[in-house]
Amino acid sequence: MADGLNLEKNHMNVKPRGPSLFRFAAPQMFYPLAGRLAPWFAAAALVLTAIGMWLSFFVAPTDATQGEVYRVIFIHVPAAWMSMFIYLVMAFWAAVGLVMNTRLSFVMSQALAPTGAMFCFVALWTGALWGKPTWGAYWVWDARLTSQLLLLFLYFGFIALTRAIEDPRRADRAGAIIALVGAVNVPIIYFSVKWWNTLHQGASVSLTKAPSMAATMLAGMLVMAFAAWAYTLAVTLWRVRPMILERERHTEWVGEVLDRERGRG
Amino acid sequence: MQWESWSAFWDMGGAGAFVWGSYGVTFALVALELVLVMQRRKDTVKRLLRWRRAVGKDGSGRLGAAQLESEQ
Repeated sequence: MADGLNLEKNHMNVKPRGPSLFRFAAPQMFYPLAGRLAPWFAAAALVLTAIGMWLSFFVAPTDATQGEVYRVIFIHVPAAWMSMFIYLVMAFWAAVGLVMNTRLSFVMSQALAPTGAMFCFVALWTGALWGKPTWGAYWVWDARLTSQLLLLFLYFGFIALTRAIEDPRRADRAGAIIALVGAVNVPIIYFSVKWWNTLHQGASVSLTKAPSMAATMLAGMLVMAFAAWAYTLAVTLWRVRPMILERERHTEWVGEVLDRERGRG
Repeated sequence: MQWESWSAFWDMGGAGAFVWGSYGVTFALVALELVLVMQRRKDTVKRLLRWRRAVGKDGSGRLGAAQLESEQ
């Protein structure tokens, strides 16, 4: 709390007005908040991962048809969910940035992209390692797999484009357009197993049907999904902080943050 | 408990390479991402401190200001 209070005192003239939640839309408010929250999310991710791994390997039973290799799903499914969800959140922040012209929104969407790409790759990688013993192939050009691969390329495209354009305002806008156009692919991935006759199995968890797997398997998968959420929040908040400093380097509050950093070492 | 022994656990019913290959790569990537994020923070702070010195924002000279500004 000390950080935030100091900043407020020193910057009465730039203190944003309005409802308390929107206060944090201002970079100088959000920067210390992100720094305070990230370690808690990281700790939550660590605890949830430990519980999730224990459920996945020591509680969940052997699958009747797939044997032990099915245990890959405890990371495969959460990673695939995360890769789609992060892309939608990126598109959301891109839209907010375009409509409200808020710089922090674009930065948020760019801070999310590498983690989204990581989960997307993990989903493809674990899927391949599961596919070989189960389907007899690491890869097939099935609708689900192909649209997920397209998602990975969209992530790469977004990252490459926003880094290649030097003018941050133009980079923000170009990135936002890829994020928004690419978001169309997410429902295609999600529903591909219904729309096309795919080799990939249907949704593992559905809100409308009773779960088709053992309760302990479902629990393991959900705990790992929460771990992935907490991890994403922590790593994104850590990544966005230096990005904010970079963008706001001309301001006085960044000067003060940097002075403190220099004092520290 | 699902496993009769530790070797049965590592073997994963013969699918050890696939299961551990999945978990291993995932955790390696997570570790790599964390290292890169921490590294980036250090680099950014260092670069911005240099930039501030160069543009004279900390009141200690204005060497090569234009150069560093365009570097950003």
